[in-house]
Amino acid sequence: MTTIHLNGQDREVDAPDDMPLLWAIRDVLGFTGTKYGCGMGLCGACTMHMDGAPIRSCVTPISAAAGKKITTIEALGKEKVGKAVQEAWVKVGVPQCGYCQCGQVMSATALLTRNPSPNEEEIETSMAGNICRCGTYNRIKTAINTASESLNGGAK
Amino acid sequence: MRPKFSDFSLVNHGIDRRGFIKSVGASGALLFTANWTWAQEKPAKKYGGEGMPGGTKSDPKLFVAINHDGTIDITVTRSEMGQGIRSSLALVVADEMEADWERCRVVQAVGDEAKYGNQNTDGSRSMRHWYEPMRQCGATVRAIIEAAAAAGWNVPVREVRASKHSVIHALSRRKADFAELVGVIASFEAPDPISIRYKNPRTYRYIGKEHTHSADAASMVSGTAIYGGDIRSAGMVYAVVARPPVLGSRVESFDDSEALKVKGVLKVMPIEGAAVPSGFKPIGGIAVVAENTWSAIKGREALKVEWSSSPHDSYESEAYRQRLEEASSNPGKLVRSVGDVEAAFSKAKKTHAATYYLPHIAHAPMEPPVSTAILRNNFLEIWAPTQAPQAARTEAAERVGLPLEKTRINVTLLGGGFGRKSKADFISEAVEIAKAFPGRAARVQWTREDDIRHDYYHTVSGEHLEASLDRRGKVSGWLHRSVAPTISSIFNQDPKHQQEFESNMGHSNVPFAIPNVRIENPEIAAHARIGWFRSVSNIPHGFAVQSFIAELAEEAGKDPLRFYLDLLGDDREINPGELKDGWNHGEDPKKYPVDTGRLRNVLNVATKEAGWGKRLPKGRGMGFAVHYSFVSYVAAVLEVEVEKDGNLIVHKATMAIDCGPRINPDRIRSQMEGSCVMGIGLATTGEVSFENGSAKQSNFHDYQVPRISLAPKSMSVHLVDPEKKVELGGVGEPGVPPIAPALCNAIYAATGKRIRRLPIGDQLA
Repeated sequence: MTTIHLNGQDREVDAPDDMPLLWAIRDVLGFTGTKYGCGMGLCGACTMHMDGAPIRSCVTPISAAAGKKITTIEALGKEKVGKAVQEAWVKVGVPQCGYCQCGQVMSATALLTRNPSPNEEEIETSMAGNICRCGTYNRIKTAINTASESLNGGAK
Repeated sequence: MRPKFSDFSLVNHGIDRRGFIKSVGASGALLFTANWTWAQEKPAKKYGGEGMPGGTKSDPKLFVAINHDGTIDITVTRSEMGQGIRSSLALVVADEMEADWERCRVVQAVGDEAKYGNQNTDGSRSMRHWYEPMRQCGATVRAIIEAAAAAGWNVPVREVRASKHSVIHALSRRKADFAELVGVIASFEAPDPISIRYKNPRTYRYIGKEHTHSADAASMVSGTAIYGGDIRSAGMVYAVVARPPVLGSRVESFDDSEALKVKGVLKVMPIEGAAVPSGFKPIGGIAVVAENTWSAIKGREALKVEWSSSPHDSYESEAYRQRLEEASSNPGKLVRSVGDVEAAFSKAKKTHAATYYLPHIAHAPMEPPVSTAILRNNFLEIWAPTQAPQAARTEAAERVGLPLEKTRINVTLLGGGFGRKSKADFISEAVEIAKAFPGRAARVQWTREDDIRHDYYHTVSGEHLEASLDRRGKVSGWLHRSVAPTISSIFNQDPKHQQEFESNMGHSNVPFAIPNVRIENPEIAAHARIGWFRSVSNIPHGFAVQSFIAELAEEAGKDPLRFYLDLLGDDREINPGELKDGWNHGEDPKKYPVDTGRLRNVLNVATKEAGWGKRLPKGRGMGFAVHYSFVSYVAAVLEVEVEKDGNLIVHKATMAIDCGPRINPDRIRSQMEGSCVMGIGLATTGEVSFENGSAKQSNFHDYQVPRISLAPKSMSVHLVDPEKKVELGGVGEPGVPPIAPALCNAIYAATGKRIRRLPIGDQLA
């Protein structure tokens, strides 16, 4: 039994210590917004925030999350930056199939929280771990800039 | 007496929304029950949507329901996999019926082709087959609403008009919201047939307009969108399957003693595999069923399986590449012949030959195959991200021995499809496990490794081209031999030749003004499951043809653009039959000729917008390609730089598409953007290779797909107006074929290095 602080609430998870956080949250706790893509930390579809930092939950055992603050896509809209990123994604029309986009949004939110006005290189570096097979990368860049502008009151 | 609408007032789709997918607060609603027919000429041979199993439907009662609060439910029957079709088709209905998009909701149809018409979401044909039926549907609903309002106000119907979710009677300055009219409509007796008139296109609010309206974007970025693996049910079991690593291999024996010791594992069970050719059926293996996905994965790791030997054990990609290239250097089955190529070659001032190779690639949608099934109370229900729900349902019904009406397949969002999810194998696996756990939902989850090792791979091919140039540098003879294992090998025993639909994807049907043409297809056998990958055979054919033309331009000492336009010749509409294209993407050859003027036009637009011929910074090069497929015309110009260490930077991509009338421009643009990135990916790193019969790659570390840094630094897509009235073309696929050749032509311009073997990999280092 592991206790994690998920989206503002303490949750007890009855799962073996080595179960990745991804499966614990999806299968045991029933929050399905976070997606499985590779199981090796290669694609970023499973990105969550642990104590504010983006992590790949498919390779993070639940035991490593004990007592940590975990934020998943389900609660991201409650945060100012997360909400701005989600709105920018919709405005710009980023999603195609949408499957990877929760992970993209989590990574973009972590970036803008840390760096409110990233340049193109910083965007590419921060988003390098998130694959989009539909190839929405150019719009992802545009949406990050759009969110950045809205968070900075119109100026990037 | 005609039935009143109220006779059919039902709780809207209540039955379809039952189950695990949460209902979105539907109130009571009204179903339209129109049963009017439209006189339609029946051509001898059916084309387009009518030529598809189930045909098309436009009956409003299938697609539109008005809720008591005035909100509209629009049912979409095609699968959403990123092309935006759920939104685009619903927007067509909403526009024609004068509904406000903000008050519309999209409902996904269950798989039922007898009811809804064809639901196979493939071949880039959803919009071109369903635009007219959906327009007709929307216009009919508007006619009903207007007639009902007029009857309620006791005024002539010609004096009222629907506008923005209301009906207006200008003369009496009355206006009623659709919500206020629900009661009126319910008691209204519609004339039979009701006369409908379409909106003047100038009054369209959504059709052809620039907007990013989406039924799904907001839920996709907030984690509430439901994909194949997001179905929840108490007591659900989770399975992964160990599958034979080689085509035709089967389980010889297995030892599940360690697997059963893994905490959470409930059962280890064989899944019967179909013999080769296995079609869309599972290839068999051993399923590990557990209380959660992780336990199933751990259980499978502890499982020991002995696999039987197979005739395909010796499949080895490097040896196969040599066989392909050798086969392509010798004459093969004649597909098309014009004039006398041999004579042209012997008289030529110059001849040129090149052989190209393209490997297998895997679809690798971000959502690997996954599906859920439950068998309870003599009823089978499935939730699956499928491109072909009817086929999956039919197969599932047979597996459980139930009639079709005792089965239901719910189509979830697809986390990417690209052709992979047309096959029902992963759905049938869930059904088999559901049979072993009656009353409990059973999910089969494919891991990424499963996905890449057991795909229906894009074919592997050798493409050999030879051409002659006359004294003026014009192409006088053209020989193209394409050798590739055919998709039909998944259905038929050991076929050796490409089918017509494969040759007609850019091999036989090249429309060039060349007097002597010879198209051949030497034989080769398949040793892996081959399937449709977005754009299909257009990828190898387009790559070879467009690379070769650039090589010929060089041989002729001419600018590639001028050379290409010359090769196209005068603008003309060619009967596809003349190009040995009897398939023509299933479309009427009279309505869909191959139009060289449209090819010229997109190429001119793309090259002009890209600044073709301008001076580029040192180390950069520009290349183009243009390709006709899925009855659309697409040109791409790429500007690249190769750094000293071989690192490739795509600075700029410029694309132009003529897909005929445009319904949702932003989604056309997004498909071109995505096609560009996918094309760059397959050109640079896309390869699944085989050793001892098994795929060597397994996950994104060794099967690399583009990341953000490989996307073009800038990208523009130009939606080209056709110069004449033409029919709707495809959008989802035709953007891919020109990208790899445009990229390699650009690399040649930048470095002088000609790439004839994909992927590029480390060839630039």
